[in-house]
Amino acid sequence: MDLAEHSGGTLTDQQITPFREKWNLFRKNRGAVFSLWFLIFLLILSIAGKLLTLYSPPFNPATVRLSEKFLPPLTPFKSDLVKQADAPPFAIYLLGTDELGRDVFSRMLEGTPVSLTIGFVAVGISIFVGIFLGGLAGFYGRIRLGWLTVDTLIMRFVDIMLCFPTFFLILTVVALLPPSIYNIMIVIGLTSWMGTARLVRAEFLSLREQDYVMAARSQAIPEMRIIFQHIVPNAIAPVLVSATIGVATAILTESALSFLGFGVQPPDATWGNILSDGKGYIFDAPWLTFTPGFTILFVVLAFNLCGEGLREAYNPKLRQQR
Amino acid sequence: MTAFLVRNIGQRLILLVFISIIAHSVVHLAPGDPSLVDPSNPRMKAEDIARIRAAFHLDDPLYTQYAYWMRDLFTGQLKSFKDNQPVLGKIWDRFLNSLPLFLVTTLLTWFIAFPFGIQSALRRGSLLDRGGTLLSYILISFPGFFLAYICIILVVKVFDVPVIGISTFGLEDAGLWYQSMDRIWHLTIPALIFASGSIAVLSRYVRSQMLEVIHMDYMRTARAKGLSEETVIYKHGLRNALLPFITMFGLMIPGLIGGSVIIETIFSWPGLGRLGFEAIMNRDFPVILTLNFIAAILTLAGTFISDLLYAVADPRIKLQ
Repeated sequence: MDLAEHSGGTLTDQQITPFREKWNLFRKNRGAVFSLWFLIFLLILSIAGKLLTLYSPPFNPATVRLSEKFLPPLTPFKSDLVKQADAPPFAIYLLGTDELGRDVFSRMLEGTPVSLTIGFVAVGISIFVGIFLGGLAGFYGRIRLGWLTVDTLIMRFVDIMLCFPTFFLILTVVALLPPSIYNIMIVIGLTSWMGTARLVRAEFLSLREQDYVMAARSQAIPEMRIIFQHIVPNAIAPVLVSATIGVATAILTESALSFLGFGVQPPDATWGNILSDGKGYIFDAPWLTFTPGFTILFVVLAFNLCGEGLREAYNPKLRQQR
Repeated sequence: MTAFLVRNIGQRLILLVFISIIAHSVVHLAPGDPSLVDPSNPRMKAEDIARIRAAFHLDDPLYTQYAYWMRDLFTGQLKSFKDNQPVLGKIWDRFLNSLPLFLVTTLLTWFIAFPFGIQSALRRGSLLDRGGTLLSYILISFPGFFLAYICIILVVKVFDVPVIGISTFGLEDAGLWYQSMDRIWHLTIPALIFASGSIAVLSRYVRSQMLEVIHMDYMRTARAKGLSEETVIYKHGLRNALLPFITMFGLMIPGLIGGSVIIETIFSWPGLGRLGFEAIMNRDFPVILTLNFIAAILTLAGTFISDLLYAVADPRIKLQ
């Protein structure tokens, strides 16, 4: 309610909610806004892709048409050797076919929800662990367990985790465990929470001393409620920003693992293993390499630009530097 | 100062012990077992597997295995599961192969990123700056393996030069000139791909540091004194902007192992990353564990060196 006084503005200033203010800042970054629309489009595409590849026969990514191998993109379907029921969607191979005559477009559609799910779930796990440990270190850091404080214990553990070469560790664990996308999500999540934990701890340390927390304490509000209703919402913004960029990193890691042959196993498609299968035919059928490659590039780029836009919106000082 | 050194080194040693314990438990508790690498081999009988397990102490409790690992590592007796060669010797050989790649990558990164970052800070908002920003986002988002294949196609098709491996097979009798040119060709492409990501990150960082320094009071004072623009920028500005990068010397060392797995595998470069990949595929626990351990030592040593260098370079920082 003191907002107008603070900013010396008029009544209209009061109507600008914090969200509105951020959105206005975010909107000025055209690259970020474009990326956001692209990602929303991708999300719709991935839901549609999941449903279509599961329930619609023309979109079935596993349909093998051996007489239709290595057709370049945009080849119309007019074969006498293949049953009419096995025709690709819209009777055209939008992105060509692979070494078994499977439609690359359908396979890319099948891979989209997999990559996005891995990205989001892995980051979800890392945020959860990061907020839990970071919050514990920030809020209850002074409690002593024997001769160590909680803070020392947790932050030394963060230091230890930071010493492992991340990709090498992920590769080791994923190679030793039986291949499954759940293992990949969990492993990527459990090896990337350290940055979030440090951020959350720093936020908690400064928020813990704020007057409104003191006020809440003086009213004997339970500590858990103070933490989850009063501190976490104020500490979440920088976490969400780094999470957006974290999704990009997770998608890159997953595609690298699929490329090396771990992760999702062959009959099922992801962007990484379409590229990995296609690289053997790179001179004869370059679309098998370039389609998934550029898809990964654009999606990761969109997440990175979007994250950067969010970071600027929440930290306007950065914007002046641009 | 001595107290600082002793306490810091002590803390890092303790961390190292915990790191080795965690790494050892993760690798040994995971379900894959080295004696199961080749289950379809008909000549592997149950008693063979039992003999292998006994020879590698795989039936002992975990803490005994950990003790064996530590003892063998520090006496230099540690043998690879796969070919019974000493692990440290194997790693040293591969390290010598990775080193030139690492050095060329580092030089490329620094010599491209710094001038570029400084120029885009000085000409903020220009075409160079905005184009560079977009380009660095693209480079950060580029999947390394995809970039590698694009480069291979390009180089093989346009220049007609082989790029896989560390040198061309069958060129051992060629003259020194041909051999060294061959080596340089093989080195350039993987080094460029390695460098692309770090150039993008580093030049963005140089740019923001430089922008921060440009608006400082001492820059205005220097201009007000009537110093030439070059002196102001390169002597007063750059020296202050570069300060944080001294720490980067230390932080780049661990990149020797971790970042190189995929690119070295694609280019068949017999370096540390590829050794790690082969060891993982063969369930060669001693090699995996020792590589992890060395990476941790390099990281800890790197942060320690960067702390020291920072204190040496910036007199405002006191080590306590």
